[in-house]
Amino acid sequence: MDVFLDQFFNIEIMWRVAPLILKGLGQTLLLCAILVPIGVLGGLGAALLATSPLRGVRWPALALIDFFRAFPPLVLLIFIYSGLPFAGIRLEPLPAICVAFFLNSSSYYGEIYRAGIESVGRGQIEAARSTGLTAAQSFAYVVLPQAVRNVLPDLLSNTVELVKLTTLASVISVPELLHSADLARSLTYNASPLVMVAIIYLVLLWPFVRLIARLENRLT
Amino acid sequence: MSNWERFVATFLDPVVAARYFPDILAGVGVTLAAGIAVVITGIALGLSLAVLRALAWRPVVWLVVAFVDILRALPPLVLLLIVYFGLPNVGVVLPSFVVLWLVLSAVLAAFSEEVFWAGITSVNRGQWLAARATGMTFLQSLVWVILPQAVRLAIPPLTNRTISITKNTALGSAIGVSEILGRATSAQAFSGNATPLTIGAVLYILVFIPLVLTSRWLERRYGWRRA
Repeated sequence: MDVFLDQFFNIEIMWRVAPLILKGLGQTLLLCAILVPIGVLGGLGAALLATSPLRGVRWPALALIDFFRAFPPLVLLIFIYSGLPFAGIRLEPLPAICVAFFLNSSSYYGEIYRAGIESVGRGQIEAARSTGLTAAQSFAYVVLPQAVRNVLPDLLSNTVELVKLTTLASVISVPELLHSADLARSLTYNASPLVMVAIIYLVLLWPFVRLIARLENRLT
Repeated sequence: MSNWERFVATFLDPVVAARYFPDILAGVGVTLAAGIAVVITGIALGLSLAVLRALAWRPVVWLVVAFVDILRALPPLVLLLIVYFGLPNVGVVLPSFVVLWLVLSAVLAAFSEEVFWAGITSVNRGQWLAARATGMTFLQSLVWVILPQAVRLAIPPLTNRTISITKNTALGSAIGVSEILGRATSAQAFSGNATPLTIGAVLYILVFIPLVLTSRWLERRYGWRRA
């Protein structure tokens, strides 16, 4: 038991690596502040294209969404970060992550918005249009608010997934939480820094996980 | 060299492709084996946890909910590294494939427990009462009456979740599992050419596109709408 505590919950080591981990936390929060809006807005765009009445627009959009849902995000990230330089396109880690996450999370958010938009009855659009709103106005003021409310738990849970996914950035050496923790682990030969980061993720995300579970139970 | 030729030489070089294709293709077997193993143990464990929770013994319910909440909040890559680098320090050495299988199974178990539990609670109370009134025990009613209905409701959301967790087998490359991505990145390093990555990407698409299309079909067929 003592060995276990010493290897996983070593307070002394956690204290020593805390400054490094805190810097990593800053990077992780920065990544979230950039990537969540990219996904939320990109997804809205993808959903607009995927629910278009024009077949020529809708089908390619659905095909792209399916393509990127089938593509593991880590593979996408490595392809963009270490594949494109061979073609002369060298992206710094942060832009590479933005491109990879834009393609990946827009597809996931897009699917959720699409389900939400389709759950709003056609009568709503007809009623909105007959009051004199334009097509864009009826979408923005009538359809979208109801669509978002209907799929709110899914949107939230996808956002939690997105935050967890930022750990992939460690693979291309962005000094975020997991990268700092893994560096600290290799310096101290001890898994406590990794456990510390797990605890930080738990503290950050557990309230949202609870909220999602409650929202899901209320709706079903 | 025109732009197109340079593109082909970088991403679709036939010589590099011929050299590394068999090795990367062997990674498909590892990815499929990991994926199938994770789906079987993860869903079986998730269903068992949901049944345990249905027994409604307070301490058990709390344990199940804590397990589910923790595994939903932790990034799988963090868990992988803790188990892979932590356990050897306390004398437990597991092959990286086993670590990948255990961690992803636990994550899938947490998500599928939630989905099964939502299914169980959404079955009308009258079904319970009617089953018990015919003389079935609690467990019999659960297994023969409630679960068949709950599992049906759970299928579409479960498919989506299962696909995204099996795609996480690519994380195995970070702990040295020689699945598609791991083999493709090392081939790329050896050859100094991006063609192995293209091959890996194409193989992933070939494995996962049928799954994504199946999930679309299931969603339509079972007419699942949250709202």
